[in-house]
Amino acid sequence: MSSIEIIALALGALTIASALMVVLSMHPVRSVLYLILTFFLISANYVLLNAQFLAIVNIVVYAGAIMVLFLFVLMLLNLSKDNEPRASNIMKLAASLAAGALVIVLVAALKDAIYLPVVENVQGNSQGLVENLGQLLFTKYVLPFETSSVLFIAAMVGAVLLSKKEKQIID
Amino acid sequence: MDTGLLIEKIVLIVLLFAVSLGVAAYLTLLERKVAAWMQDRIGPDRAGKWGLLQPLADGGKLFFKEDFIPANADRFLFIIGPGLAMGFAMMTSAVIPWGPNIQAFGRDIALQVADVNIGILYIMALSSVAVYGIMIGGWASNNKYSLFSAIRASSQMISYELAMGIAIITVVLMSGSLSLREIVDAQHGFWNDGYFTWNFFKQPIGFIVFFVCTVAELNRAPFDMAECESELITGHHTEYGSMKMGFFLFAEYVHLFIGSAVISALYFGGYNFPFMDYFSGNTLAILGVLAFFVKTGFFIFVIMWIRWTLPRFRYDQLMGLGWKKLIPISIVNMVITAVAVAFASGWFSTDKKDQTEPASAKMEVVADKQKLTLNQSTIKH
Repeated sequence: MSSIEIIALALGALTIASALMVVLSMHPVRSVLYLILTFFLISANYVLLNAQFLAIVNIVVYAGAIMVLFLFVLMLLNLSKDNEPRASNIMKLAASLAAGALVIVLVAALKDAIYLPVVENVQGNSQGLVENLGQLLFTKYVLPFETSSVLFIAAMVGAVLLSKKEKQIID
Repeated sequence: MDTGLLIEKIVLIVLLFAVSLGVAAYLTLLERKVAAWMQDRIGPDRAGKWGLLQPLADGGKLFFKEDFIPANADRFLFIIGPGLAMGFAMMTSAVIPWGPNIQAFGRDIALQVADVNIGILYIMALSSVAVYGIMIGGWASNNKYSLFSAIRASSQMISYELAMGIAIITVVLMSGSLSLREIVDAQHGFWNDGYFTWNFFKQPIGFIVFFVCTVAELNRAPFDMAECESELITGHHTEYGSMKMGFFLFAEYVHLFIGSAVISALYFGGYNFPFMDYFSGNTLAILGVLAFFVKTGFFIFVIMWIRWTLPRFRYDQLMGLGWKKLIPISIVNMVITAVAVAFASGWFSTDKKDQTEPASAKMEVVADKQKLTLNQSTIKH
């Protein structure tokens, strides 16, 4: 086993372990912190696949912005054992069924995945670098890229509209 | 793996850590001296000549104080909070190019730990995760003032990061690269083709936005809402004592040092200085590093100057400035820059020959860049 394979295996194990801790830890703030750690480890996996841009954007967007907001809300809510809503058995059953269905879909999707060695890339070492990514985004995938940006603007406008409406009611 | 490269990088990393910590320690003294100067006092002068041993005395005092953890604090998070603050502060220095390459021991040594081609995004990422130290420390203290501070710090960071990112995009548009080394090299010298080469002269509005956002991200006055003494009794480190509190304070000064270095690298040419083409080799490298540190020192002084001159913002004013002023200004600036860059690249030309496909447009930019570097190497000023 080459050294890069050992690193990849260790990283994968760490990622899965910290992702498991997100659901297993009892305290919500601890859960979010494990989720942040998971995002950092996923970024490390990206670096190993030579996708530096994706790795750093993952940290900027998820660990840097979205998770800060998550943590922000959870700190304000001040959740603890005493005021935690009790989940009934039916709720627990429904949650396990939903999660189980998701697992089946994921396994089915990954069943046909092709296993490539970690080191070898089809387009050489520069595959995931930002120049090539930009070229692809603005030539081959320009339509999906621009469409998703319209989607984001719609979501933003919607959020602004909702908050404005609420304010008028208060007034 | 090249062993020489490994040793070189390890030496560079250790050196950077030592320099960052040493500079941060002496910035505490400088801050008190600057404050004293602005307020017509003498400042600390008992420990050593001009108070030069004061940082050692302060550090020693912090180490010998009682290390106290509040009863209802989350012990683990309380301990790692200051460590995270310090760790993220130290990590940022990895992508900053401190000078031109040095020839030593028969090797061409780059004065940069990692020349990644996404250097500027790395700095953005670290400046946004740096707030975790404050958030975790503030929450784990189990104190309402600390919690307020944590929440203020995080919302302030998110608000100012947007404007900062857009200001950075204009710099990236000007230099056509995300690598800090290439951004600095694009500002070679001081004067070229009848205009200044430094980004400050090309992007004055972008610089102002970036500078304000940097001061805000550093949690320095007038943006120090997170540790606002009069309302929050120093906020996130209210419950901290001994060297844990010292870590928070030190991390702030490391951030100040690195933040000033980033400003001078992005907008003031980094290690470039006027008439640099008259020097070469190691002389150029040493002068370049000196020039970089002089610029960094200047910005550290300016940020301290602002701290001791301006009063603190009210919180709604702070949010209003970030969202309603800086973001629109930087977006307009970015659009204008993008149009200007596209115009300069000939994308709006009516001549059929100049109309380029997106794929070949990149080639043209590359060709332009080569021409630019050719010009820079031939024209001496």
